[in-house]
Amino acid sequence: MNRDPILKVKDVQVSFPVGGLGRRNAILGVAGVSFEVNRGETFALVGESGSGKTTLARAVNGLQEISAGTITFEDQRIDELDRKAMKPVRKRMSMMFQDPVGSLSPRMTVGDLVTEPFRIHGIEGRNLREEAARLLTLVGLPTSFASRFPHQLSGGQARRVGVARAIALDPALIIADEPTAGLDVSVQGEVLNLLNDLRERLGLAMVIITHNLHVVHHVADRTAVMYLGRFVEAGDTEEVFGAPQHPYTAALLSANPEPDPDKTHDRITLPAEVPSLLARPTGCEFHTRCPWVQSRCRVDAPERQVTNGRAVACHFPLEPGARPPETAERAAS
Amino acid sequence: MTTLRIDNLNVSFSTEAGPLHALKNVSFDVPENRIVGIVGESGCGKSTLINAILGLLADNGSIDSGSILFEGQDELTKLPPSRMRDLRGPRIATVFQDPMGALNPVISVGKQMLNIQYRSTLSKEEKLNRAVEMLELVRIPDARAALSRYPHQFSGGMKQRIAIAMALMMEPALLIADEPTTALDATLEVTTIELLKDLQQKIGCSVMFISHHLGVIAELCDDVVVMYAGEVVERGTVRQIFQDPRHPYTARLLECDPARQSERTRHLPTIPGEIPDLRARPAGCIFANRCDRISDVCSKPPPEEAIGDGHVARCFVANTPIETGVSA
Amino acid sequence: MSEAVSNPAPGRMAELWRPIRKILREPLGALGLFLVLFVIFGAVFADLLTGWDPTKINPRDRFQGPSGEHLMGTDQLGRDLFSRVLYGGRIALFVALVSTAVSLVIGIILGLIAGYGPRWLDNLMILLFDAMKSFPTVMLALALVTLMGPSLTAVMVVVVLVTVPGYARIIRTQTIALKTSEYVTAAQSMGASSARILRVHILPNVIGPLVILASMDIPVVIGIEAGMSFLGLGVRPPTPSWGSILNDGFTNIRDTAWIAIAGGVPIIVTTLGFTFLGETLRDVFDPRLKGR
Repeated sequence: MNRDPILKVKDVQVSFPVGGLGRRNAILGVAGVSFEVNRGETFALVGESGSGKTTLARAVNGLQEISAGTITFEDQRIDELDRKAMKPVRKRMSMMFQDPVGSLSPRMTVGDLVTEPFRIHGIEGRNLREEAARLLTLVGLPTSFASRFPHQLSGGQARRVGVARAIALDPALIIADEPTAGLDVSVQGEVLNLLNDLRERLGLAMVIITHNLHVVHHVADRTAVMYLGRFVEAGDTEEVFGAPQHPYTAALLSANPEPDPDKTHDRITLPAEVPSLLARPTGCEFHTRCPWVQSRCRVDAPERQVTNGRAVACHFPLEPGARPPETAERAAS
Repeated sequence: MTTLRIDNLNVSFSTEAGPLHALKNVSFDVPENRIVGIVGESGCGKSTLINAILGLLADNGSIDSGSILFEGQDELTKLPPSRMRDLRGPRIATVFQDPMGALNPVISVGKQMLNIQYRSTLSKEEKLNRAVEMLELVRIPDARAALSRYPHQFSGGMKQRIAIAMALMMEPALLIADEPTTALDATLEVTTIELLKDLQQKIGCSVMFISHHLGVIAELCDDVVVMYAGEVVERGTVRQIFQDPRHPYTARLLECDPARQSERTRHLPTIPGEIPDLRARPAGCIFANRCDRISDVCSKPPPEEAIGDGHVARCFVANTPIETGVSA
Repeated sequence: MSEAVSNPAPGRMAELWRPIRKILREPLGALGLFLVLFVIFGAVFADLLTGWDPTKINPRDRFQGPSGEHLMGTDQLGRDLFSRVLYGGRIALFVALVSTAVSLVIGIILGLIAGYGPRWLDNLMILLFDAMKSFPTVMLALALVTLMGPSLTAVMVVVVLVTVPGYARIIRTQTIALKTSEYVTAAQSMGASSARILRVHILPNVIGPLVILASMDIPVVIGIEAGMSFLGLGVRPPTPSWGSILNDGFTNIRDTAWIAIAGGVPIIVTTLGFTFLGETLRDVFDPRLKGR
């Protein structure tokens, strides 16, 4: 992949105020994250709830103010733009939200919904009815759907409408937050195929935010894994999936139940719960749940090490196929 | 003995646009001490099925025919509401996707767990011990202290485990679990499944586990029932269903699961088309409009073909194995 | 409106007819609709239904009972009561509809601003709404009449002041709930201005329940108008109003009961009609509002 970054995110932090009167405090939802997305590339942000992936996406889209760092989109610093100055950027970068039906205004028809970007940006001289038909055809919906309302759509159809709206103004980048959430298995594939297809035809770059690793595997060129607002590992999707180096990535991959009753699971079980952002663990923040934890991890925070485009934040990166100590014992006994 | 036997159940709803036949000739068993998975996508009738079993159908819904026999003696379709209320909870317990449906936000966990045991003759001390024991079983750390805490003080995964503990505390004969892990993160999902399996064996109840997640079903369940548009299209043991699916819908559904594609692909399999309108069911096979094995006979209603060992599929050609083209 | 891309033309009539059919299916709703239409009919076609001038004094015909000539009899000044009731209905409906419409517009605007604007503005406006709401209606009416003198305008100002806080609060609460909804966030992400978000994405979704609640307030408004006119704080004589007819009846109850009946029955009929209709509208279209 030729390196031609369309989006550069550098050391971004997002903090939220917490606590009531008197003792004001702040938690870091995103605690210093850097990545780049090249033109035409699909970049996946993977993490579980509370990992900060959605907050990060919203920050990139200018819906969430950042407290440190820079965001550069098409060679323009967008983190310092005010709402008005951000408006033209929104033509070039669109976002899709989690709930396929809930992200569509309930009293608007599909035709109005997919052409809403034209009206917002005051784009004149186009026949909106024709545009609606063109966009619906592009996402594989019959043009007669233009007169339907969101509640008359299935999840998959509503998601297609969301896609149509996201590509209405020919953006260069689409941010998709959980594009397959709430969809049936047989429909998930349709939506992913559509996104893949549009990406190729329109030369889009995409940032996909998801907790579903199987989704990532089939659509993303590169993947970053988030934990407590930081990247613990990032790199080429195939490499990250093939040989995870961070214990959390390994655990996440092994936690995916496979549709095969005879598959013996060498599962890496994570003890304990996700720590609260209010009380981040010392040292490596994953040490409270890490099966490979060593004494150094409890005090010393690991630096991000980058080798061949592969980044990992761990003192003891895993060898391919590594098994956690307890599991090995359990297997032996 | 069979814990739950559903036989030829038909449920319909009256709607403004005419009657909607939501469940059609649904039959399956939940044998004692087994976990039966119900798989299906939206519109397959899973929620209607649960509500019919629990006697909680909406006002415009009615059981037209068929029977739901619980523990060989109680015919749930004919049970008076008061008797049904006695069964719900102590004998037939439920866990739903949102644990807050079962937990009262303004009452401490301990008090709620005491309240559930209102019928028991144990002393208060013994009831509290029982609550602690259950919380320990679902691996809530520091269980005794947890009793005095309120639901919102627990994480999502813990709330669901507390809900499971509460559901199983009265040692029900049947646990109906409706997508209990769907809202949980992957790492929590697998621990919750393992826990559920452990508990089921310890308590010795039957479980009816509803999920759209094929991986979870494969891992947890003994038997599987595949539903489509209000019909049971296939049922059998988990191996029969996952390794030798005989209904085209089952086969296609399995193919669609991105987890089955171990090779990276840019084009994922799908099932084109939509579920037919249940107000106007086709005369023939319900899956015919999306099926790739269709022939002339499919315009007639297909029989339940027995493949052997309890493996049944509602398809004319169920006796011919299906090439799935996917290495399992 | 430029918003329409889809073609809604076919089935428009059916779309309008369906809610009416839903109302007619409920016995009370049908009765309410009938009563309301009956009252509106009388008020609109007052000129055609009676030949009498409602303000024409006719001392020779005082205190007549109902007859073919005077359908409801005459009052202490010999004025035809039937025509006074019909023209009084015009006043009542005029006050009810105009002031409710004004209240709705003001309430919606204030509610949207409070709900979507910054936190401090919201707090300030809530304080204002509560202050207005906690002021007793009678005191407010007396104070305003002292300032403005009794008039139709005074009645309408009282009605607006009394009803606006409630409407604004409802709109505010729903706006706050929708402000963080995904479709509003999506509109922000597309670059929509606040005005556009409020107009296109929030207003259409909050206005329905409010209109239903406002229709249930109409009897209250009619009551306020009649009450103020009864007390001499509203419509100036000789203009007919149900409240002043009732007052005439009250003063002359020893001579005849017909005046009081002529003033009271329309108030009861209209109030019941709008209440039944409003409650049916609520039950049919927004059952969540039940118990409000």
